[in-house]
Amino acid sequence: MKYVIMFTTTPELDAEISPEHADQVYRRTYDWFGSHSEVMTESGAQLQPVVTATTVSYGGDSPVVADGPFSEAKEVIGGFQVIDVPDLDAAIAVVTTWPLLELPGVAVEIRPIVVY
Amino acid sequence: MNETDAAAGESGGPHAAASDQLLARVIREESARIVAALTRWLGSLDLAEEAVAEAIEEAVRQWRTRGVPPNPGGWLTQAARHNALDRLRREKRYREKLALLTDPAEPAPLTGTGEPDERLPLLFGCCHPAVPPDAQLALTLRAICGLTTAQIARATLTPESTVAQRIVRAKRKIGAAGIPLRIPEGSERAERLDIVLTVISVMYSEAHLVAGGDAAADRDLADDAVWLARVVAHELPREADAQGLLALLLFHRAREGARAVDGELVLLADQDRARWDRRLIAEAQAVLEKAAMLRRPGRWQLHAAIAACHSDTRDGSDTDWLQVLTLYDMLLAYDRSPIVRLNRTVALAEVDGPQAALDEVDALRHTLTGYHLWHAVRARMLWHLGRRDEAMAEDLRALELTANDAERRLLEARVDR
Repeated sequence: MKYVIMFTTTPELDAEISPEHADQVYRRTYDWFGSHSEVMTESGAQLQPVVTATTVSYGGDSPVVADGPFSEAKEVIGGFQVIDVPDLDAAIAVVTTWPLLELPGVAVEIRPIVVY
Repeated sequence: MNETDAAAGESGGPHAAASDQLLARVIREESARIVAALTRWLGSLDLAEEAVAEAIEEAVRQWRTRGVPPNPGGWLTQAARHNALDRLRREKRYREKLALLTDPAEPAPLTGTGEPDERLPLLFGCCHPAVPPDAQLALTLRAICGLTTAQIARATLTPESTVAQRIVRAKRKIGAAGIPLRIPEGSERAERLDIVLTVISVMYSEAHLVAGGDAAADRDLADDAVWLARVVAHELPREADAQGLLALLLFHRAREGARAVDGELVLLADQDRARWDRRLIAEAQAVLEKAAMLRRPGRWQLHAAIAACHSDTRDGSDTDWLQVLTLYDMLLAYDRSPIVRLNRTVALAEVDGPQAALDEVDALRHTLTGYHLWHAVRARMLWHLGRRDEAMAEDLRALELTANDAERRLLEARVDR
């Protein structure tokens, strides 16, 4: 089954982590992609910081364009990756080793992809 | 009444009307295995479970008046298969599935294939952490224990439509999110098993905690919980905490006759020990010893060990409170829930006095202030400290908060003193 995994962080809390610690954890994310290469599909992206986000939303007669992310949540999406694994337990097993999960405010959402 | 007594008392022939207890016993033996077999055959838990649930509803209706047929498992399997095929033919979205079935005319593989028990993988699927907790319980009750939606609604005092909705959502989640029906292995096992054991424990307490809960329901969830704890302990003999939960529920079950007398609750200290079921206590002790021999301590074993301390007493006055407190202290390493900390204060009061216990009770104020038993325990500590007016006020608050009629009468009796 294919799942999108969405990496989220909480910028407020990111600020409390020392740059050295952050550096060291982020470096391990490259190894993580390498060690799970067999489940990684070609789809995925790391996103620019949330300050670069622009949202187009419903506005009655015509859509409204505004600065900022679609959600006012404290958490922001930092990237996504499509993985191909047998079932949800396998997806969870991959995701629980995501190095950033040792940082407070980090979460990864797992969503199955619709198959037509 | 325990399970063997129930069996001995129900030897009615195929044409005799079946009691609710007999129906419960027969149906829960069959339900999960048929759901598992049909799921494998159809490739869809949603469809299989629905078909079995419909068959069980028909069975409850028919068997209640006409009696249980000689081969209830075969009857249910046939009816469920019929329901499933009917749905497949009727609904367009299933047509392709029908074509893929391995010979739909052949009966679905029945039980007794020598395969390991298929109920456990199904149970772990129902209790997957990606399924919301209230839905875990509802789906387990229906798919594993074979309760009808109406029975779940009555037993848990939840509107039937809410129960139905939870079950539908849980099954869709299992199907759409790709939750596997399997017993987790390795490092995942302990955490996942604890969810299963928690659901069974909640099933047991639901039987006592339902609001207005002295109405006789046609299905005793406590009985279902003990049965399921037995299945899990039997299938996972090396899992010490699975044995621990079974021991705990057996200790509770053994005291049932003394706990509720004529619909009135009796506190542990005041219970007539002669009403305790010595045979169940002996079984509970044996199960707990078996768990201890596995040398893997855990929270359910400690809960059971605390229950064992109480079961050793001749009356409320010879309880070894120091031992109970020591066990609670050990339990805190596994389970720091506010309820465990509140229960511990009762032992603390006996060992270190009511003031020490009251301090600890007060430390839990923020998390438990809406919980009637927090107020009831606080009242008891205040009473022992001679602060009677405050004790009365706490008992009244507890009375306001409780929804269970028997508990309400017990608290009223304290307020009247």
